[in-house]
Amino acid sequence: MSARERVAANVANYVDERTGAASWMKKNLQKVFPDHWSFMLGEIALYSFLILLLSGTFLTFWFDPSMRHVVYEGSYQPLKEVEMSAAYASTLHISFDVRGGLLMRQIHHWAALIFMAAIVVHLLRVFFTGAFRKPREFNWILGIALLTLGIVEGFLGYSLPDDLLSGTGIRIAHAIIQSIPVVGTYLSFFAFGGAFPGEVFIPRIYIVHVLLLPGIFLALITVHLMLVWYQKHTQYPGPGRTEKNVVGYPLMPVYMAKAGGFFFIVFGITAFLGAVASINPIWLYGPYTPGQISAGSQPDWYMGWLDGLVRMAPPIETYLFGYTVSWNILIPGLIIPGIIFTGMALYPFIESWITGDKKEHHLLDRPRNVPNRTALGAMSLTFMLVALINGGNDIIATHFDLTINQIMWFSRIGIIVLPPLAFVITKRICLSLQRADRELVLHGKETGRLVMLPHGEFIEVHEELSAAKKYTLTQHQQPAAIALVKEDARGVLNPKGIRAKLQARFSAANAENIAKPTPDELKQLEGGHH
Amino acid sequence: MSNELEPLADPGLPEHIHRKADTDPIAAKRAERQVAVLFSLSAVGTLLFIFSYFFVDQDQFIFIPVMGSTNAHQLGIGIGMAMSLLFIGFGAVHWAKTLMPDQEVIAYRHEMRSEDSDREDFVKAAKAGAETAGLGRRPLIKRALAAAAGLAGLPAILLLRDLGPLPGNALNETSWKSGTRLVTDPGDRPIKASDLEVGGVAQVMPELPVGQKRTLENIAKDAVLLIRLRPTEFQLDAERLSWTHEGIIAFSKICSHMGCAVALYEQTTKHLLCPCHQSTFDVTRAAKVIFGPAARPLPQLAITVDSEGYLIAKQPFTEAVGPSFWERKS
Repeated sequence: MSARERVAANVANYVDERTGAASWMKKNLQKVFPDHWSFMLGEIALYSFLILLLSGTFLTFWFDPSMRHVVYEGSYQPLKEVEMSAAYASTLHISFDVRGGLLMRQIHHWAALIFMAAIVVHLLRVFFTGAFRKPREFNWILGIALLTLGIVEGFLGYSLPDDLLSGTGIRIAHAIIQSIPVVGTYLSFFAFGGAFPGEVFIPRIYIVHVLLLPGIFLALITVHLMLVWYQKHTQYPGPGRTEKNVVGYPLMPVYMAKAGGFFFIVFGITAFLGAVASINPIWLYGPYTPGQISAGSQPDWYMGWLDGLVRMAPPIETYLFGYTVSWNILIPGLIIPGIIFTGMALYPFIESWITGDKKEHHLLDRPRNVPNRTALGAMSLTFMLVALINGGNDIIATHFDLTINQIMWFSRIGIIVLPPLAFVITKRICLSLQRADRELVLHGKETGRLVMLPHGEFIEVHEELSAAKKYTLTQHQQPAAIALVKEDARGVLNPKGIRAKLQARFSAANAENIAKPTPDELKQLEGGHH
Repeated sequence: MSNELEPLADPGLPEHIHRKADTDPIAAKRAERQVAVLFSLSAVGTLLFIFSYFFVDQDQFIFIPVMGSTNAHQLGIGIGMAMSLLFIGFGAVHWAKTLMPDQEVIAYRHEMRSEDSDREDFVKAAKAGAETAGLGRRPLIKRALAAAAGLAGLPAILLLRDLGPLPGNALNETSWKSGTRLVTDPGDRPIKASDLEVGGVAQVMPELPVGQKRTLENIAKDAVLLIRLRPTEFQLDAERLSWTHEGIIAFSKICSHMGCAVALYEQTTKHLLCPCHQSTFDVTRAAKVIFGPAARPLPQLAITVDSEGYLIAKQPFTEAVGPSFWERKS
C-alpha cells in the first residue's frame, strides 16, 4: 500500500466508523444514469441556480437595499449630483466603481434568464415525454412550484435596483395587488407600508429575494433531486430498455466528470454573455420617480406573457353598490395565471383520470404516440406565445412598421383562435408521423434507388429497418378507450353519469391512434412480400 | 415491456462498439494530450483575468469588430473568467467522452410500493400509536387541541398588522386643493397660460408650502399633464369645458389602468398614450379611452387663473386618481 493509499484509507475509515457511509456510497457511486441530451436541461437549471447563488452573494457585499435619498457622487458623469435612492446609487457603484461588479451583475441577470429558460424547456421535455406519470407526480408538482417561485424571484430581483424601468414594474405589481376585490387596498398598504411607492418595499423585497425564496428554492430543489435519485431516472424506449431496468453510465466516474464539467461550461457561457452582452443597463434609465417613464417599457421575458395578457385585456370594470371590480386587471393578472398554473400542477392527475392508467411508467413516450397530450402542449404553448408577442407589441410595432392596434387585435383574436388551431394541427401531425412510422416498419426506408425489373416495371428499393429500430418504433402501448357504462346489468343508471360521460369522451379522443403493425402483418412481410 | 401482443420481441442492447482510444494506445495518448491542453487553456484564461484586473484601466475603451467601442477592462476580465471556466468544462467532458468507460451498464428497478407485509406492519404501528395516544377515545382533548392549534395561528397573522397603516381615505386624496398653484416639474415655478403654446405639453405639480419637500408618494398621485389646444378643438360638455382655461386642459398623468405615467402625447391626433399597456386617451373628449385596457378616462383637473394670472386648480380632483381599487366610487 502506497503512502497516499494509506492516508485515503485512514480518512475513509475515520468517516465510515462515525457515519456508516460506506455501504450507502458503494451502491450510489455506481448509480446508473441514462444518457440523452434532453436530460441536460434540468441540469442547466440547477447549475444556473448555483451561479445565481454565487454571483448574487457577491452583489450583496455592495448593494444597499435602502430607499434613503442620496445624492449620487460616483464616477458615472451623466447622473452626477442627481438625487436617487441608495439602492440605485449602490447599483451604479457596483456597475462603475467595483472592479468586476458590472460583470457579476450581468452574469447574475443572464443566469436568471437562463435559469428560467432552462426550467421552461425542462418542463416541456418532461411534459411531452410523459415523464410526469406515476410515480413522478410529486416531482412534477415540485417543478411547477419552482417555476412559479422562479418567476416571482426573477421579478423581485430586477426590481431591486430601483431604476425607472423596474419601478414601473413594481407600479404594475402594486396595481394588480390593489385590484383584488375586498382586501386589495389593505394588502397593498401592508405590502408597501402605506401609499405607493413608500420607502420600505426595496428592503422588504430584498430580504425575500436573497433569503426567503432562495431558502425555499434550496429545500425544493433538494427534494426534487432526491426524488430523481430515489425513483431512478426515466429513459427513452429502445432495445434493451424496459420498465424494469435503467440503462446508462455509472455516476463514478463518467457522470461526475460530465456533470461537473457541464457546470463549468454553463458557468463559462454565462460569464461570456456577461462579458460581451450588455443586459439591463440601469444607468440609462435613471432613478425611479412615479411621474416619469421610458418608452418601450418591457419586463423580462418570463413576465412578458403576463404583461401581454394585461395589454390585450378588454377595458371592463364593473361598479356595484359603490364598489369597483377591475376585470381588466383581475382576469389577465390573476385569474388566467391562476388557472394556468393550477391546471399545470393538476395535469398528471387529469391525464391519469382520462386514461384510467394507474401503472408505473419509467419508459418515456415519443410525443407522436400520445397525440392528445402533445396537441394540448402545443395549444398551451401557442397561447403563451401569442401573449408573449403581445407583451412586446410596442417593440414589434416600431421594428416591423406596424401599428399597436394591428398587433393588439391580432393578439386579441389570435389568443382565442390560434390555440385550438394548434391543437388540431398538432394532433394531425402526430397521427401522420404515426402513419409514417407504421410505413417504415412494414416497408422499410426509401432508398431513392430505382430498379427496372426484367419485365419492365420500375420499383423503388426499400431498405428494411434494423431490428433495433423496428423495436423502438413499435414498443409503445396503445391502450383502448374507457368504455362508457351507462347502466349496470340490472339496469341501474351509473351514478357518476356526467363524470363517466366526460371521461369516456376524453378517453376516446385520447385513444385515437394509428394502429401499429400487428404481429400478423409483420409475419406476412417476412413471408416474402416485396 | 414485451407481451404476447407486441409485434416484435426486444432484441436487447445493441453490441458495444469500442472507441479508437479504447483499443489504440496512440489514440488514447492523443486524447490525454487534448484534455491536458484544454485544462491549460483554462489557466491561460485565469492569467488573462488577473492581467486585465490589475493592469487594464477601468476607463480604457478599445475597438472590437461587431461590438464596436468596448470597455477593455470589463471585456478582459469577462473573457478571462469565461475561458478559465469553459475550458475546465470542455476538458472534463472530453476526458469523460474519450477515456472513461463508455460501455452502458444495466441497473434494475423495483416497484416504488413497499412490500405488502411492510404496509400491513405500518398500518398496525400507526393504529397502535393512535390507540395508545387515545385520541379516538378522548374527543374532548381532540377538539380542544384543534381549537388551540387553530387559534395559535392568529398571533402570526396579527403580528403582520403593523406592516403598514390602514388605507383610510389616502387613495381618494391628492395635494390639489382649490386655489393650489400649478408649478413646473422640474423647476417648481408657477406658470401663466401664456407660458404654454398651442400644441404644447407640460408636466406640472401642485405648489407646496415653503419648506415642504415633495415626496415620491406625492408625485405618484399629484402629477398632472397640461395640454394646450385651440379652444374650438374641444368636444366637451359645458361643465368640463369650464374646467379648461384658454384651451389649456389638465389631466392626471397617472394612468387610470395600472398607474404608469401617461407620458406619450401625439400632437397630430391629440391622443395621450400610456407606454405600459398602450391605453390611449383622446384629449379633445376629456381623455376618453379610445383604445387599450384602461376602463376609465384620466381624471380631469379643473383649472383657472388667480388674480396674478398664474394657473391654479379650481377645485380638487373630483375622483380618485390612479388605478382602480375595491372601495373606489365611480
